[in-house]
Amino acid sequence: MMDFSTPPYLLKNASVQRVMLQVVAALVPGIAAYVWIFGPVILVQLALATATALAAEAAMLKLRNKPLSLFLSDGSAIVTAWLIALTFPPLSPWWLIITGTLFAIVVAKHLYGGLGQNPFNPAMVAFAVCIVSFPALMSQWPAVGMQVSLADQIAVVFGQMPRLDAISGATPLDTLKTALKLDEGTVSVAALLADQTVYGFFAGRGWEWVTGGYLLGGLFLWWRGIVSWHAPLSFVAGLSLLATGLWLYNPAQFANPLFHLFSGGAMLGAWFIVTDPVSGCTTPKGKLIFGFSAGVLAYLIRVFGGYPDGVAFAVLLMNLCVPLIDLYTQPAIFGMKDKS
Amino acid sequence: MIEREEFRSIAHNGIWKQNTSLIQILGLCPLLAVTTNMVNGVMLSLATIIVMALANVAVASLRNFIPHEIRIPVFILIVAALVTVVDLLFNANLHELYLVLGIFIPLIVTNCIVLARVEAFAAKNPPLQSTLDGIFMGVGMLWTLAVLGGLRELIGAGTLFSGIDLVFPSLQPLQLLPADYPGLLLAILPPGAFILLGCMIAWKNWIEARATTRQEKVAVKALATGN
Repeated sequence: MMDFSTPPYLLKNASVQRVMLQVVAALVPGIAAYVWIFGPVILVQLALATATALAAEAAMLKLRNKPLSLFLSDGSAIVTAWLIALTFPPLSPWWLIITGTLFAIVVAKHLYGGLGQNPFNPAMVAFAVCIVSFPALMSQWPAVGMQVSLADQIAVVFGQMPRLDAISGATPLDTLKTALKLDEGTVSVAALLADQTVYGFFAGRGWEWVTGGYLLGGLFLWWRGIVSWHAPLSFVAGLSLLATGLWLYNPAQFANPLFHLFSGGAMLGAWFIVTDPVSGCTTPKGKLIFGFSAGVLAYLIRVFGGYPDGVAFAVLLMNLCVPLIDLYTQPAIFGMKDKS
Repeated sequence: MIEREEFRSIAHNGIWKQNTSLIQILGLCPLLAVTTNMVNGVMLSLATIIVMALANVAVASLRNFIPHEIRIPVFILIVAALVTVVDLLFNANLHELYLVLGIFIPLIVTNCIVLARVEAFAAKNPPLQSTLDGIFMGVGMLWTLAVLGGLRELIGAGTLFSGIDLVFPSLQPLQLLPADYPGLLLAILPPGAFILLGCMIAWKNWIEARATTRQEKVAVKALATGN
């Protein structure tokens, strides 16, 4: 005998806390790959960012006379903190990540009115502020298989040990760009990618597994219905469209689209940044435009621009356009005739 | 002569109530470009004060002879002549600083603060009041640019008064933060000027809002006690 209740059913509301916890869970595969390949020092950065974000969040809530426990426990600050920690070099000095996190929570989030009001993605603001202010420190990434103990890595983070060039260098994406620029037209991408100390099977050595982990987490979010397919897929489409076109045009000078998708912040951006429900578009058509344009801009900035990666700037530029895109892509209300 | 009350009102308007940078938000171009340190901001403000005081007194004296229909070109001619004088003075006496400030001294001609005060005040008021208005509007700009420039160089480089040796060769800039302070370059770049100016405007609005609520409380108390 089966027992049914009769409809209508009450749908349990998705609280901010539930959504944020699942986003945090979705970051775990990427972080696991990170720890496995680059060592557990990233956990120190994650802890630093989390502590700073929670402290800044509490201070700002107190200043704004908002209920502390309600907003602190919603987990949004933790998501911001983790995204910041994952976009910063793991061996960056402790004050760098604290500066970035403070800027994200205090200026980009609370000065604009707190959760739900911020026009810019706080984590991307933190990245942009720090890469504009400290370009050298923000471009020192660890090499795969560096033979440095965890204690020494922590000492580097806290300034107890000098920063060594031997253990840090540019990202694979940046290395490729610099090499192509230095030997104008004389080396081919294929020859450069054959260097197995920096590059792996299809992207940066080691990094391909980390970004693969982000992809896995993103698919989990999609499966759980936390993010819709529009923004991530159109971001990937925008990035790969340009990458494929230029790669077919001149494969010696432009890396293949797979390399671009699994390098830098592309995967993290596609699943965790352009899907931000606050600073991104809200209409389905708007999400498509938003994601696609961000992908195109990210490719243009990372390949032709001066900075190591373009995802942060692309997302911030598109954040500016969100009100306009949302205005022009409002779907027709059910029962009304479409205006066009 | 000028009455005490009128003098106070002109001074209060210029320095606080109608502050050119914090309330009228005029002259943002020099504000962004020049306030990378305190000395540059102060020196450009001083040049603007000279121009504004002289332009206001000139326009106020001539205001009854200037045909209304062509007043704007005439004002611009007067301001341009004065700016040329200041430009040549800076070039001759503070040449190093002149090179730093560069195009922004000639650009005082197009600074909307100058034209705004000439049009809104000097064209309607006697010379003495107009001179004071020009000076106090300039002082309002001066302290704002000084604070903004000071904050920007302190956050951006950890120094204060850098470039002061261009004005007073015997003085040296101060290194306030430790020498290994990495410097938040963003503060020196144009976005830093916007962000810090926004913070200063918020600070001013906060003070005003607090003053208003205090006044209301006093008024309510007065009502309650029947005074």
